Amino acid sequence: MRWRMIAVSGAVLATVPMVAACGSDSGKTINVYYAPEEHFQSVIDQCNKQAAGRYEIVYRKLPRDADGQREQMVRRLAAGDTDLDVLGLDVTWVPEFAEARWLEEWTGADKTQAEEGVLEGPLRTATWNDKLYAATKNTNVQLLWYDQKATPNPPKTWREVIADAKRLKSEGKPNQIVFTGAQYEGLVVFYNTLVASYGGHILSEDGKRVVMDQGAVDALKLLKEITSQGITDPSITNFQEQQTQQAFEVKNSKAAFQLNWPYVYAAMQTDNPERAKSFRWARFPGIDGPGRVTVGGYNLAVSAYSQHKPEAFEAALCLRSKQSQRFSAINDGVPPTIESIYDKSDAEFVKAYPMWQTILDSLQDASVRPLTVVYQNLSTITAKVLSPPQDIDPQSTADELRNQLQRALDSKGVLP
Amino acid sequence: MSELASEPSAEGQTVEAPSATPAKPVLSEGKKAERRLGLLLCAPAAIVMLAVTGWPIIYSIWLSLQRYDLRFPDQRQFVGLDNYIAVLSDGYWWTAFAVTTGITIVSVAIELVLGMLLALIMHRTLVGRGLVRTVSLIPYGIVTVVAAFSWFYAWNTDTGWLTALFGAQAPLTDRFASLGIIVLAEVWKTTPFMALLLMAGLALVPDDLLKAASMDGASAWQRFTKVIVPVMKPAILVALLFRTLDAFRVFDNIFVLTKGANDTSSVSMQTYNNLIKGLNLGIGSTMSVLIFIAVAIIAFIFIKLFGAAAPGNDPGGRR
Repeated sequence: MRWRMIAVSGAVLATVPMVAACGSDSGKTINVYYAPEEHFQSVIDQCNKQAAGRYEIVYRKLPRDADGQREQMVRRLAAGDTDLDVLGLDVTWVPEFAEARWLEEWTGADKTQAEEGVLEGPLRTATWNDKLYAATKNTNVQLLWYDQKATPNPPKTWREVIADAKRLKSEGKPNQIVFTGAQYEGLVVFYNTLVASYGGHILSEDGKRVVMDQGAVDALKLLKEITSQGITDPSITNFQEQQTQQAFEVKNSKAAFQLNWPYVYAAMQTDNPERAKSFRWARFPGIDGPGRVTVGGYNLAVSAYSQHKPEAFEAALCLRSKQSQRFSAINDGVPPTIESIYDKSDAEFVKAYPMWQTILDSLQDASVRPLTVVYQNLSTITAKVLSPPQDIDPQSTADELRNQLQRALDSKGVLP
Repeated sequence: MSELASEPSAEGQTVEAPSATPAKPVLSEGKKAERRLGLLLCAPAAIVMLAVTGWPIIYSIWLSLQRYDLRFPDQRQFVGLDNYIAVLSDGYWWTAFAVTTGITIVSVAIELVLGMLLALIMHRTLVGRGLVRTVSLIPYGIVTVVAAFSWFYAWNTDTGWLTALFGAQAPLTDRFASLGIIVLAEVWKTTPFMALLLMAGLALVPDDLLKAASMDGASAWQRFTKVIVPVMKPAILVALLFRTLDAFRVFDNIFVLTKGANDTSSVSMQTYNNLIKGLNLGIGSTMSVLIFIAVAIIAFIFIKLFGAAAPGNDPGGRR
């Protein structure tokens, strides 16, 4: 009697998971792990309609901060989780995920479709070792934001920015240059833009060797110059995107120039309608002309552990199609990666994106952050070594960076 | 009885005079079978416990001897003690180690003093004893991460009421200010725990002893240092040991308050960064083995230093 009971309960226990699995597997579910984006569900609904019941895309929201997003996916992929189908990757993660063999390569017709009409900068972020591992979903570039009343002719180079800031300061007007100077990814993005504008390199093209050439050293000099002459906010070392944006918005703001992503435009309209009237944008300043700005954004990749790869590729293509990207640009403010969406005859797009031309121009000669498997380490170390920027000593900081980055590339280094 | 039990020759006598050795009784067949069954019944639990505690330790030691970075799956290889050399010769590790030690010593010292005060108050309260005890235990009942977020927002530049109160400029971006805030959060959170353990010790102090001492003219301070503290020494040790081991592994407060910026990372934080963020299983495991060793050393020091008074060394009934 006792044995029979054990046998019965054992059998029940063994079948319960199967029954449960049947329940959820009636149709094919494509799980999309993507950062929170307000109207992304509408895009998914559209794509589900197109799939006509062959599969259903489900939006699995990742945490809001990039580190949290990466950590969740990395943890699951390291354990071979088959529930992940489409992954929303920040532009800096593709090499790492590809090298760990977590991503399915894009080939054939899917590849052609994913590359069609895509701007060069964003496309490079989806490529590793000459293979395509992701499809670009959206991109992003920082612009120079200024107050038209203070500087009717916006500066084009850093020389002019610094000169203008000093002049405004002597006139007792708002003069500060604000940017993402805290010890985090934002500082690395800023530094990378300066390096690229000087034509320098941090790593070699293949991402396996540290270069830190003259351009990289000159960028350190410039970074120090910007931060050590009393023309930035005193708490710049605490500024992430939000603080940078607020420094320009607050009443009695002392900021005259802001280097930030385009979202600040919409924020300014609601947060400080008065100053919004003279709030203008221009291309990121450079050395002799406009700077070579660092692209941000997201790519969509298919997990190597996915059980429904063909459907996952199809779903990913739909989620980043021209139509979807245009919708996201208008509703969520994320700049598209497909060039033909930037269309001046598209009234709705132009209205939502008055700075579209400047963004497009910036994207034409944009730079990408060093493509390397150990980008996470590179970013952490760079942010650490560059902080606080006013204490940089160009030559020795460059040596320290060179030394520590090489250790990270050899996976010998310890993360702080 | 007890003298007989401690006699070493008991074993030799079993054969000759079974009746005289209650310490090692000869078991009947039935008793033996019963004991075997008992051991058999315990075995699964014991084996499972060994597997869940022992295996991870062995596995992480094994991982710590390899170059094993999830991002370079092809380059996995045995490297001996290379990882230990890499970690122990790294400035970041020692900075984190110093920070952790500092936080541990300062916060445990403050907690001991405050905890003792709180314990005395809770012990001596005459009216509303239950209420006083409940209220003082509230911080310990709040989830650390939740409490840490409250501290974070209180010390924030934009919304922080404490920042405004003290007129501080972005305290969480300054190294020593943020370390102070971490210690504050730790102390606020775990003092009640300390107090609870100490109160249990206070209950050991007989009232008669205190009355006798005061009859002999001992002042309140003398009664505290000469009577209360010696009697409750084992309880103090338990409390200190628990808190030191706990404080050495501090993670959640730092994770929420500073994320380790401005050299405020603890060793646990750094292990997490290397293991989970950096995906470097080799280096990360090395760090966790080092923390394990450090914790073992702390426990060892406590036991050695305080000798017989340490918990577990106390033969029952002796005081």
